Formats: sequence, structure tokens, C-alpha cells
Amino acid sequence: MQNDGLIIAGREFTSRLFVGTGKYKDFAETKKAIEASGADVVTVAVRRVNITDRSKENLLDYLDPKKYTILPNTAGCYNVEDALRYSRLARAAGVSDLIKLEVLGDERTLFPDTAGLIEAAKILVKEGFIVLPYTNDDPIVAQKLVDIGCPAVMPLAAPIGSGLGIRNPYNLKIIMEMIKVPIIVDAGVGTASDAALAMELGADAVLMNTAIAGAQDPIAMAEAMKYAVYAGRLAYKAGRIPRKLYATASSPIEGMLQ
Amino acid sequence: MAKAIQIQVNGEQRDCLTGATVGDLLRELAIKTERVAVELNLEVLDRKDFDHRSLKPGDRVEILSFIGGGAPVDVQGKGKDFVHAE
Repeated sequence: MQNDGLIIAGREFTSRLFVGTGKYKDFAETKKAIEASGADVVTVAVRRVNITDRSKENLLDYLDPKKYTILPNTAGCYNVEDALRYSRLARAAGVSDLIKLEVLGDERTLFPDTAGLIEAAKILVKEGFIVLPYTNDDPIVAQKLVDIGCPAVMPLAAPIGSGLGIRNPYNLKIIMEMIKVPIIVDAGVGTASDAALAMELGADAVLMNTAIAGAQDPIAMAEAMKYAVYAGRLAYKAGRIPRKLYATASSPIEGMLQ
Repeated sequence: MAKAIQIQVNGEQRDCLTGATVGDLLRELAIKTERVAVELNLEVLDRKDFDHRSLKPGDRVEILSFIGGGAPVDVQGKGKDFVHAE
């Protein structure tokens, strides 16, 4: 596919698969999986440096910020203040104004607190952040986030790490039809077909972490996801046939033996 | 000899020399400045100010950097064996 790059806030990405860097057994595996996925954008979390054991390696020793777009998240933040604090720390530690904004509402589901999300997004956009919000599959909330100035929205497919796949394809489809900025389906993907389905629905990209890192062979799954996202994108652009209840013969009847 | 003062770094009590700056603290801890963010008493510092901000007794310093992250739930954590009833 020529000229099918994804553009978000003036930045162009070749791959439509974004990957997280959590839950791998070590940095070497993280690096191999990310290479196999072909992703340009990788998400990272911001946490305290271990000051007692300085032998611990740094993730960025394995992921060259010149090669990858590092997208810090506010994972683990359950209120607006924390999300703002982590966003500002991420900007101070990092190389850009990009932030994957998460304001979580509940520990069991990790569903977003969309009221908090909107409030935090407003403040961060004003401070010059490029805010990519992790949100529910709610078209109205997605539109509000766009109105605030988010250059993309990231609705969930299913709860983070659940592997349940796309639970509400119709809501996602409505979001994709209504929203005029890139839609990145984030969270809940379990296997390659889930990623392909997200792309076939018209998602501009898919973001995942657990589906790859938690697979029995993360590197093989990363490669599977690369092809799934690519295949789903091709199928979306090709335009699928409508679903019909009854058969339509593929072979002509003419010329058959009498 | 410079007197020691007590500060808190990433939640732990620690001594440092009177007049030491945030930059001095990072060097003492062997932390590369280009990959961390530092918060001094809840104020996020600009990297270029590390050597100009001196530490006072009771200061609370937080030093953070990027780690692997997607979601905060561990792979082995809750929900691992949940099977959806189709």
C-alpha cells in the first residue's frame, strides 16, 4: 500500500500498530517483540528510578528514541491531579509533548473515568501537550475530546489486558463514522483476528500490549499482529462485500450440461 | 567540612551536603540527567535548572524515568483465567 501513512498532529507513522512495553520478561524480549511488530510508536510508563540498585538497566537503552516515537502514558492514575502530574513529569523526562492520557475510574475494570479524562485533557491541551486520550467506546465522549483539541482518540475494544476482543463493534463503528480525527483502538485485543477486525471496521490504528507480551511466544505474536493490522487495513480500503442471508453462486449457470 | 542535611529522595530519607544541588544529587546517585524527570517539593524541574536548585533540609525529591508500560495489571494478576461465557 503506497502512501498510507498515519498522520497524527503532523507526525507521520508508517505502521498502524502501536505497542506497549510492559509485562515482558526482560528488555531483550521487549526489543525483539517490538522489532517483530514493526511498530513506530511505543508506549512507556513513568515511574520512580530505583536509587538503591543502580545496576538496573534503562528501557531506553533498548529502544532508541530516534527510531521509535516514545509515547508516555499516565497508567495507574485514578484522578485528574495525578494524571496532570505524570503528564508533566513525562514531558520533563522525555523528548516530546506527546502523552497517552489515562484517567482510570476503577481498579477491577480499569475503565476510564471519562469526566476526569475530559477535565485533564482540557488542561493539558492548554499547556501544549499532544493528548491522545484512552477512552470508552462512547461516541459522545470521543467527540468532546476532539472538540477540546485531542488530535486522535483511543477508544477501548475491551478492558485493558482482558483479551476479550472487540465487545462493541457497533459503537466503535459509530465513533469511526462520527469522528474526523484518527481513531486508535486501544486495549482488550486478544489475538490477531481482533486486531484485523478493528482495522476492518475502519480504525486508523490499534494499540496493544498484553496480547503480545502475554502470549506464549511474544515475538511470534508481535509478527502476527503486524500482519493482522496490515491485512485489516487492506481489507478496509478494499471494501468488503455486504452480508447476505442466502447464497449467491460464484460460478455461472450458463454452459452447464442439460 | 560541609554539614549534612536530611532530605527525602523517592520516599526514602537520605543525607546530602549543605549547598548540594539537584544536579549534585543525581551525580552522587549515578543517574544520567537526560533520561529522568525531577520533582522538587511537587514542582517539576526543567533539566537545565538541575545545577541551580540547591537542596534544603526536609526537601522532597522525586526522580522518575520511563519504564516498560502499557497497563498497570500484571500478566499473572487478576482476571488471568477468566473465560468469557459465549
